[in-house]
Amino acid sequence: MGLSKIWIYGEAREGVVATTTLELLARARSLADTVDVVVHGDASPLAADLGAHGASSVLSVGDLGEGLPGPRVASAIAGAVSTGTGPDVVLCGTTYDGRDVAGRLSAKLDAPVITNVVDLVVDGDRLLGVEPVFGGTTDVTTGFTGAGTAIFLVRPKSFAAEDAGGAPATVGAIEVGDLGNTAGAVVKNRFVEESSGPKLDEASIVVAGGRGIGDAEKYEMIETLATLLKGAPGASRAVVDSGWVPYSYQVGQTGKVVKPAVYLACGISGATQHLVGMKGSQNIIAINKDEEAPIFGVADLGIVGDVHKVLPKLIEALKAR
Amino acid sequence: MIVVVCVKQIPDPADPGALDPETRTLKRDVKLILDESDSYGVEMGLQLVDAAGEGEVRLVSMVPNSEVSGLRTALAMGAESAVLVSDEALAGSDALATAKVLAAAIRRCEPDLILTGTESSDGYTGTVPVQVAELMGLPSVTFAKEIAVADGVATVKRQTEDGYDEIECSLPAVVSVTAGVVEPRYPSFKGIMAAKNKPVDEVDLAGLGIDPSTVGWAGAGQEITDIAEAPVREAGEVIVDEGDAHERIMAFLDDLKVL
Repeated sequence: MGLSKIWIYGEAREGVVATTTLELLARARSLADTVDVVVHGDASPLAADLGAHGASSVLSVGDLGEGLPGPRVASAIAGAVSTGTGPDVVLCGTTYDGRDVAGRLSAKLDAPVITNVVDLVVDGDRLLGVEPVFGGTTDVTTGFTGAGTAIFLVRPKSFAAEDAGGAPATVGAIEVGDLGNTAGAVVKNRFVEESSGPKLDEASIVVAGGRGIGDAEKYEMIETLATLLKGAPGASRAVVDSGWVPYSYQVGQTGKVVKPAVYLACGISGATQHLVGMKGSQNIIAINKDEEAPIFGVADLGIVGDVHKVLPKLIEALKAR
Repeated sequence: MIVVVCVKQIPDPADPGALDPETRTLKRDVKLILDESDSYGVEMGLQLVDAAGEGEVRLVSMVPNSEVSGLRTALAMGAESAVLVSDEALAGSDALATAKVLAAAIRRCEPDLILTGTESSDGYTGTVPVQVAELMGLPSVTFAKEIAVADGVATVKRQTEDGYDEIECSLPAVVSVTAGVVEPRYPSFKGIMAAKNKPVDEVDLAGLGIDPSTVGWAGAGQEITDIAEAPVREAGEVIVDEGDAHERIMAFLDDLKVL
């Protein structure tokens, strides 16, 4: 097939392109002659930024109205494939909407998806996806055996977004087919859960709490520390599943991937599920009672100790600055 | 109201997993249990049936080897029956093949609502719920944290990057349930006893009209080309707190000039 054309499912909010989309562009532009981005809504405000990051054109599937992106975007891409104007490869970010697009497109094209990809490598005339398994101790590389469209779901933060100084992308449109019942879900209201400070996946410092924190009330210490360090609070899956904090706090395989300058893991043992989401951090500090805890295997500074003793003193020391 | 909940039986995540060197997929020759991620969908289904005052929860699952122990756990929680697609040819199925088989089994249950987890704890592709929806021509809402059903419409709170959306969805629909949003009940002794006699309808691929060459190893559209050890992150210094560990942390942060 030859990698002539890659399409990226592009996400944006209020006219600003999502970092995940720019990350995908950074990798894709070195892999194919043409990289286009498929978006919904008005594409023109996005053209300059997408072009600068390597997109040739930005193609809109039109206004979603109150609908969800999945059915509409998948229908448009599948339609282009069926008329021979589609891409060789489709890249979606592992995001809420990116998974919807990839899943629906996969069923429409009868083509599998390679998921949880953290790197894309060229193998002759096809693209392979690298997926970490067993908590990131093993890398599995997978390729498609068929000749159809190759769909990859790529985890956020796998590549660094970088402005390549390209000209603004050409703005175009692609047609959406009959959606039938698949468009039956409509958004009635949007709620933003206000959190002060930087976003978890963008913060340069992340303070994360695990089961060792003890209970929901003591999680306050994590919030306080995060505020003092101008960072973002995070949590392990155990803490989120216990209902102490919302799902949006979760770091790990099923949560967010973070790569801050400093990751402070408090009362987190370091289950593989968690390590996958944070071991790319530049510096890791871990506090845990159990000296055998796997988190110490990735920590630059490990403290074998009780978070209930260490954290209050750390909070006092930071307040004193 | 008929709520179908898709459940997966997986090797116990507490046991360290391993790849079979021959097939290059997860070894599954161990005892299988109910994937914890699916217990939230089972609980959500039971609560919705309770709220509706009528109907039942039916389970749909697939395995290559007739395994039912994980299904019994969900039946003990309160599901009424299960359809188990069991066929040796299912071994090695990818997510899309899984979705095709589940969709065929779900159609037999004539559900008003189909619930799933957001992703399994062993394969975690996270694409099956939406693939099932597309194959069945249904709408889907992924990452639900709350679901209510009234007058043939589901109202769902869906997780977003910075909060949640309130979504109305025509039924039938596929809704994936985020882990942790409800507290899965523990099976009672009575429930465990009752589960032993609840119907598990075991069907094979022929019974569903699915060509075995389209699933499992035979139907896989992808191949593993390499398995390698990932670069290891070097562990640093580990100290035991003698009451002054916070000073070490402050010094570490000072060195990084992040304070």
